[in-house]
Amino acid sequence: MNAVELHKISKTYDKGKLRAVHEVSFKVKKGELFGLIGSDGAGKTSLFRILTTVLLADSGSATVAGFDVVKDYQQIRNRVGYMPGKFSLYQDLTIKENLEFFAAIFGTTIDENYELIKDIYDQIKPFSDRRAGKLSGGMKQKLALCCALIHKPEVLLLDEPTTGVDVVSRKEFWAMLKALKEKGITILVSTPYMDEANLCERIALIQNGEIMSVDTPENIIKSFPTTLFAAKSENIYKLLNDFRSDAKVDSCYAFGEFLHITLKENGGSDIEDLKEFAAQKGHNDIFIQQITPGIEDSFIRLMQEKTQKPTH
Amino acid sequence: MEDNKAIICKDLTKQFGDFYAVNKISFEVAKGEIFGFLGANGAGKTTAMRILCGLSYPTSGTATVAGFDVYKQQESIKKNIGYMSQKFSLYENLTVLENIEFYGGVYGVPGKEIKKRSDELIMTLGLQSEAKKLVGELPLGWKQKLAFSVAIFHRPQIVFLDEPTGGVDPVTRRQFWDMIYQAAASGITIFVTTHYMDEAEYCNRISVMVDGKLEALDSPANLKKEFGVNSMDEVFYQLARGAKRSGE
Amino acid sequence: MFGLPVVQIILFGFALTNEVKNIEIIILDNAKDINSRQIINKIKASSYFQIQESVLNYNDIEKTFKKGNVKCALIFPAHFGDDLLHLGKAQVQIIADGSDPNIAKTVVNYLTAIIVDYQQLIAPSPALSYRIIPETRMLYNEEGNGSLNFIPGVMALVLMIVCTTLTSVAVVKEKELGTMEVLLVSPFKPVFVLIAKAIPYLLLSMINVIMILLLAVYLLDVQIKGNVFLLFFESVLFIITCLSLGLMISNITNSQQTAMLLSMMGMMLPTLIFTGFLFPLENMPLPFQIISHIIPARWYFIIVKAVMLKGLGFKYVWKETLILTGMTVVLLGIALKNFKIRLQ
Repeated sequence: MNAVELHKISKTYDKGKLRAVHEVSFKVKKGELFGLIGSDGAGKTSLFRILTTVLLADSGSATVAGFDVVKDYQQIRNRVGYMPGKFSLYQDLTIKENLEFFAAIFGTTIDENYELIKDIYDQIKPFSDRRAGKLSGGMKQKLALCCALIHKPEVLLLDEPTTGVDVVSRKEFWAMLKALKEKGITILVSTPYMDEANLCERIALIQNGEIMSVDTPENIIKSFPTTLFAAKSENIYKLLNDFRSDAKVDSCYAFGEFLHITLKENGGSDIEDLKEFAAQKGHNDIFIQQITPGIEDSFIRLMQEKTQKPTH
Repeated sequence: MEDNKAIICKDLTKQFGDFYAVNKISFEVAKGEIFGFLGANGAGKTTAMRILCGLSYPTSGTATVAGFDVYKQQESIKKNIGYMSQKFSLYENLTVLENIEFYGGVYGVPGKEIKKRSDELIMTLGLQSEAKKLVGELPLGWKQKLAFSVAIFHRPQIVFLDEPTGGVDPVTRRQFWDMIYQAAASGITIFVTTHYMDEAEYCNRISVMVDGKLEALDSPANLKKEFGVNSMDEVFYQLARGAKRSGE
Repeated sequence: MFGLPVVQIILFGFALTNEVKNIEIIILDNAKDINSRQIINKIKASSYFQIQESVLNYNDIEKTFKKGNVKCALIFPAHFGDDLLHLGKAQVQIIADGSDPNIAKTVVNYLTAIIVDYQQLIAPSPALSYRIIPETRMLYNEEGNGSLNFIPGVMALVLMIVCTTLTSVAVVKEKELGTMEVLLVSPFKPVFVLIAKAIPYLLLSMINVIMILLLAVYLLDVQIKGNVFLLFFESVLFIITCLSLGLMISNITNSQQTAMLLSMMGMMLPTLIFTGFLFPLENMPLPFQIISHIIPARWYFIIVKAVMLKGLGFKYVWKETLILTGMTVVLLGIALKNFKIRLQ
């Protein structure tokens, strides 16, 4: 049995004017750490709300923990742990009070499932008398996770838990997710950070409400159809413009301190041609190297393919 | 020598009681440079940036922005800088053109100039058919490109960008950086504050603030080399792990 | 933005005047002589009064007052004309419904003016005059205590603010913070969320009622003439009405600001205007009078005045209670039914 299944889920807002998600289908296996990767406005939050039964899809069907999101919504509500996009805590209650409150709502106590939250709770325990409104982003995030775990859910649904949280807290958070996965909890997590994709077992890339690809991060990278080069020189902006004017180059875009370049198929050109071209254009300190693409490169590639041959 | 510096800070300090929000930071930013200003929440980034934007006075130390003194010439600083953040948005219920005209007016660009430049801008952005549309109806990516264009509309010497590309899709982000590179090539200094490390890697040089102090300042490549790691994320992690302050 | 000034000008210009017209008056004429007739005719001719019925004896007066429509009574003693002509002076008695002190005072002034006018009219010469001495009684409020009227009004207003505004804001705050989303995705029955939100305000409001009554009695020397428990029961009923309104508002709004504005403008203003404690309802144009019927506070105000100030029992206010109960059932039904188990 899959922990989460979506079948051709579509949702629009404003009476059909605004498309949120379009025919989204994917499956999350039991015990899996599954990432939903996409930028703001890609439709991630709508999918989460449909799965947590607080939003009705226009069409399509979905199940969570084997229950239908429309018919058996109460069953699902009993079984999932949910962290919405904004951390939903009571700002004027302390850490401890928040936790006690959510435990009571879920008909349990902190002690009952303490084992599950212990590792996370220990990190914020020294501040347990501080009000949630006075916590830093990282601490709020940990508290929200504790609250979502308090009833030992089968499936954990986390909508952008690491957005707006600093690097250190993000790292810690992913370590926690890994530990929870080891305990057998299925986790569906969304993120706009491409680099977090590698921390998931499988990912779905979502853009404009449509799923572009579902696979393991390794396979998505492997399926990158062509060779990728990284290049830089003293004047990166000029190099960018020069390569874009090069007939052999298919795409060239900035990537951190480098440019990432793909060549046109059957062009027969290689890294030496690129170096020569750059030298001709008068660049100094030229550095060009073949590299393994990352998720972000795959994402860009998939987006470009989509715009080149529109599906509708 | 100092003519090609856009920002010069020396021992800049901001004290709230006995709390040092900014503790003796010194750095220089060259004209046309893309300078990354990083720090965890509560490290003092925002306070430092407010001083550099002419919004608050430092407690001690000296700083000039675009050649103007942060103590005496705040008004001149404000006229010569642009500002854009992901949260700072254009007026959603004004059209593209109206937004441009409004901000042009606010920064004292003469009426004729506004007309000329906004026509140019709409051409280069390829927004001809959207010029009379409400900004609220534009996709997020376009809004951000427009917001950046508006921030440099009055041809400032320096533009401050606060997490400019957080959350946007990778393709739009590339288009955005193309624009930033272009602006930098035309001589505008770009000052980026962010805690998205992948955003930081696009900068020429990066400074990292930890607990009010400037702990690192170099190019991304050199920093990675220095710390023996592969990404800015790791650099930042090593620097920020020891931070004591973590506030809002 | 333009609606507000227009509405206010119309309201305050036309609907809300302190001037009272068509006051229902009963006259007990024990004299039945020329002079009493002449005064009665003068009253008839004035646009301020409407003579309702001529009751036959003194005891009937209070019965008519309890029905609530008649605001005052004028009583001529036997031999009124004789006394006036032969002794040069005579007495009349004016009884006004003091549970509405503002109207009562106005009415007494109107009547006195008519009588003074008449006495000048019949005076044979400026030097020699007849004196008619009106003896005034404020029924239910012998001292003409002004606090009487505003206490039921304040009760209605305070309950409206506490229950409607605070409840709606409290629920909407959860929506804004996102905690509602988490509560929905929990085994907790959604409707209980609403009920749990309403209960603290129910208790708070009950304490408020007790406080207002205590202050009224011990600070303002207002006597509670009727049954305190009846008063309390009616107050709880009104509190539930207001809570339902608050929950209803919270169902249709998503921001605290809107909820605040809706409960303030949409609920408090009508309560102030259409309840009748600031501006007499009797003089409002007909459409306004009709509107006033759908304002729950109007009925509560009538009930409180009747029980607290006139000392009337349940059998005099059962109609109003029934109306209020009906409103509550409908409002609560709508609120609970519309509460969404989902976000949209």
